[in-house]
Amino acid sequence: MYDIKELFEATSVQNAVELRLAHPQALILAGGSDILIQMREGKLAGRELISIYMLDELRGVTLEEDGTIRIGSLTSFTHVTQNPIIQKYINVLGEAVDMIGGPQIRNIGTIGGNTCNGVTSADSASTLFAWDAMIELTGEEGARRIPIKDFYLKAGVVDIRPDELQTAILIPKESYEGYNGHYIKYAMRNAMDIATSGCSVNVKLSEDKKTIENVRIAYGVQGPTPLRAVNAERIGCNLKISAELLTQISEGVLEDIKPRDSWRASKALRQHIAVEMAHRGLVEAIKLAGGEV
Amino acid sequence: MTVGQSVPRVDALDKVIGRAKYTDDLCDKNAYIAKILHSTIANGIVKSIDVSEAVKIPGVVKIITCFDVPKFYFPTAGHPWSTDPAHQDVQDRLLLTDRIRFYGDDVAAVIAETEVAAKQAVEAIKVEYEEYPFVLDAQEAMKPEAPQLHEAYPNNILGHSAIRRGNYEEAIKEPGLIKFEAWYETPTVQHCHIENHICYASMEGNRITVVSSTQIPHIIRRIVGQALGIPWGDVRIIKPYIGGGFGNKQDSLYEPLCAYLTTQVGGRPVKIDVTREETFVCNRVRHAIRSHIISWVRPDGSFAARKLECFSNQGAYASHGHGIAAKGMNAFPQLYPVDNVECDSYTVFTNRPVAGAMRGYGIPQAMFAVESQTDDIAIALGIDPVEYRRKNVMPVGYVDGFSKNENYFDSFNQCLDKGEKYLDFNRKFKEYQNQTGPIRKGVGCSVFWYNTAVWPISLETSACRMILNQDGSIQVQLAETEIGQGADTAFAQMTADALGIPFNKVHVISAQDTDITPFGLSAFASRQTYVGGFAIKQTALLLKERILKYANELTRMPAFELDLVEGQIIRKGDGRVMISLADLALEALYSLSHAEHMTSESTYQIKSNAYSFGCCFAEVEVDIPLCKVKLLDIINVHDAGMLINPALAEAQVHGGMSMGIGYALSEQLLFDPKTGKTLNDNLLDYKLSTFMDHPHLEAQFVENYEPTSAFGTKSLGEPPVCPVAPAIRNAILNATGVAINNIPMTPHILFDRFKEEGLI
Repeated sequence: MYDIKELFEATSVQNAVELRLAHPQALILAGGSDILIQMREGKLAGRELISIYMLDELRGVTLEEDGTIRIGSLTSFTHVTQNPIIQKYINVLGEAVDMIGGPQIRNIGTIGGNTCNGVTSADSASTLFAWDAMIELTGEEGARRIPIKDFYLKAGVVDIRPDELQTAILIPKESYEGYNGHYIKYAMRNAMDIATSGCSVNVKLSEDKKTIENVRIAYGVQGPTPLRAVNAERIGCNLKISAELLTQISEGVLEDIKPRDSWRASKALRQHIAVEMAHRGLVEAIKLAGGEV
Repeated sequence: MTVGQSVPRVDALDKVIGRAKYTDDLCDKNAYIAKILHSTIANGIVKSIDVSEAVKIPGVVKIITCFDVPKFYFPTAGHPWSTDPAHQDVQDRLLLTDRIRFYGDDVAAVIAETEVAAKQAVEAIKVEYEEYPFVLDAQEAMKPEAPQLHEAYPNNILGHSAIRRGNYEEAIKEPGLIKFEAWYETPTVQHCHIENHICYASMEGNRITVVSSTQIPHIIRRIVGQALGIPWGDVRIIKPYIGGGFGNKQDSLYEPLCAYLTTQVGGRPVKIDVTREETFVCNRVRHAIRSHIISWVRPDGSFAARKLECFSNQGAYASHGHGIAAKGMNAFPQLYPVDNVECDSYTVFTNRPVAGAMRGYGIPQAMFAVESQTDDIAIALGIDPVEYRRKNVMPVGYVDGFSKNENYFDSFNQCLDKGEKYLDFNRKFKEYQNQTGPIRKGVGCSVFWYNTAVWPISLETSACRMILNQDGSIQVQLAETEIGQGADTAFAQMTADALGIPFNKVHVISAQDTDITPFGLSAFASRQTYVGGFAIKQTALLLKERILKYANELTRMPAFELDLVEGQIIRKGDGRVMISLADLALEALYSLSHAEHMTSESTYQIKSNAYSFGCCFAEVEVDIPLCKVKLLDIINVHDAGMLINPALAEAQVHGGMSMGIGYALSEQLLFDPKTGKTLNDNLLDYKLSTFMDHPHLEAQFVENYEPTSAFGTKSLGEPPVCPVAPAIRNAILNATGVAINNIPMTPHILFDRFKEEGLI
């Protein structure tokens, strides 16, 4: 039995925007796999909810005219993983969200909810960071698009204005064309777990597959929000693939990450794992791109 | 014969299609809901409680605080009662308490019309505490300056027992001995049965009925009586199907409080449905035990002398208390007999959640310590670890002086043979030594010691009732409980064979109702198949005697020339069927000349016990840079005597192995050193292992007929969890050369140890 003050069921995106304005204290409810848990724990007990779960217009993955991949915010993890567009252009995102919870959670949980929850451990977030995803927010005055790194303001807080809801996640063509990526989730067990840390790596190789033209590395749980290892990425650009280079890049992440000690894991362990994950992620991504290590 | 056959469970269909009724299915939907306010300090007293805001919340019926409840101190352990005060469990609990001893202690209870109202009211109660310093570690708690939890137990020592055999000090002077010394540490873990504890209580007349998810209905009746200060006969406990217990429900949990609460609302039904968070913090946990072993070993591997000290963390209240540490200690000089031995075990109160019974009852802790050191010694001496065990483990013919348990068969070697063969241990053990590279494999093994039931430490008795129906079928009732392990099916199989009727003619009355079910002790100590077997056989023979006596009237054949076989009365001489049991039963119940209701009922008091041995072999792959262990293969081999139902036996072993895997690699309750609060009281942060963390679980058996047993069987419920953790630990040692003496062997522990050893 949940302590819900009142539940408003949105009938359209426009209606959801109106409900947001009419009930400024209400929370947006998508799949509910985060909100309802916090409600049961008491953190969100007694709150109003605006459910957008019935808005099918926010479901599904499409390819826009300019080649942008558009993922409706209510698309479930299962549907992301199974989608042919995702599998063809950014398969790593489907793999990453397939590591969330168990099958039931992946059926109910949505990629929009995963990002709006604002936590650093979200399995979708590091890959979306690593692929320079854009977030679409729709409000009274229509839609705006912002880079995902600007969407995350601080731990648990994202840039959604009082009249807005997140309506899509977009991967521009230049972000994915020619790239291959790999995601590593580091957790204490092999299912039903939250990431101790996650690392998503992707590379674009030269035509002869000998040189890294661009490398992007993103982490979850190496700081209060997901983050990009910009220093390490800089080390790797336009250099020939070699064992030394991979070591340099992966050790370079230590300048980028900001892990902390907690009872869930020590800072030292998180740092150690970050380097190892970057290295393994690089090796896998290069292999996927047709290169040799 | 159905004993020995893997017949389907008698409750399979009902459970699969959702027809089986559990406590919450049975509860009146209009029952009041009670929620408990738990303390937010680890040690101290409640100075005052302000309920003025809470009572205003719509739907709140009544609030009971620690200042309102009667002060009848009661014990909670699900042990048989002793009429000798010296052997009674410690009586240190109250329904609610103003003397707080752990973070989560029970301070007040709200009775409300809905769960939401009850929760809101709990939040709205204001409690003023006076905080005392607290202590979380057992050895810290023994220091003179430590906070004292219970006045009657100076230095917080609830129990201390010792073994002195031979002369340790003299024996260690023998020239050429090699000394091995280490500390081993096991964590606080929780049972994690899928159904949390739940109970509801109501009144009829002056009597209280409690329906509860418990393993021990007859014991709960006594404890509710004690806690409320009422005659025990005024209490009726009903135990329907339950979703697991593993020892947590071998304790009185919230039945006494629930029984009291219904008396405060005119006997209306009141339900307490415990959350998972409360299950972790406010029920029972496994004792964390720290063990210190010193072994003096001759170059051939034999023991000259050994010393064991262990410190068991009891948490805030006595519950099952010192029995757990004592059992582990007593196993030590039996598993590897040694002439000169000194053992001391201490059970110590701390301001942590209360430790009670949990599958294995001290033996998983003891086996981790003992079997870890066994490998350390074998490897240091260059002896194959399996060979080392064969040479030093309890020999055939060994008799324990106290229990009179005898090692009748060569069980250890027979089990080791099977495990070694399955895993190809010898070859792999050598192959995996001295590996290099980031990913390495290893194999390990462990044996274990166990016994069956609780005799001679306490009472062992079982009672049974059988009733014949018109169609020749029977009902059978025992106080031994079905808690998911398949007891009802094993009882039905034994009944069918002992009486001589088909398996499908046996109807087991699964639920226990203390008003109706014969008195008994219920599910614990891996006892039920063993002790229930005696009562079933004896009661079946009594019923058969009555049936054959009646058959004499119908067939004019002497009863001693008749037998009951597969539901037919046969003449022994020629095997001719004289009359079916169905026809006899119909006649007996409706006869105008001699009508008779055919039942039998008897008690069998058990004054024996039986060793139950086995081993585990495990193979792992260790990813050194990632500090992770992947379990590749694992086998348990058990000699549990004859198997009543091999498929159910295998399922028991699978469950125990799974519990052992979590114990070895991932499970551990963590406590905030600043507040004493349990940090990971949920199934996300408490890392119970999942299906994805398990390889194929291989279960094999050696079946030696246990001569003391009614059906040649002995314990299997708890043993499977006992050898798993040390086998995995020893496999990691084989893979990496790193001995890890703390479980669970999480990446956190491996990271620290691999750094210490220079592997990363």
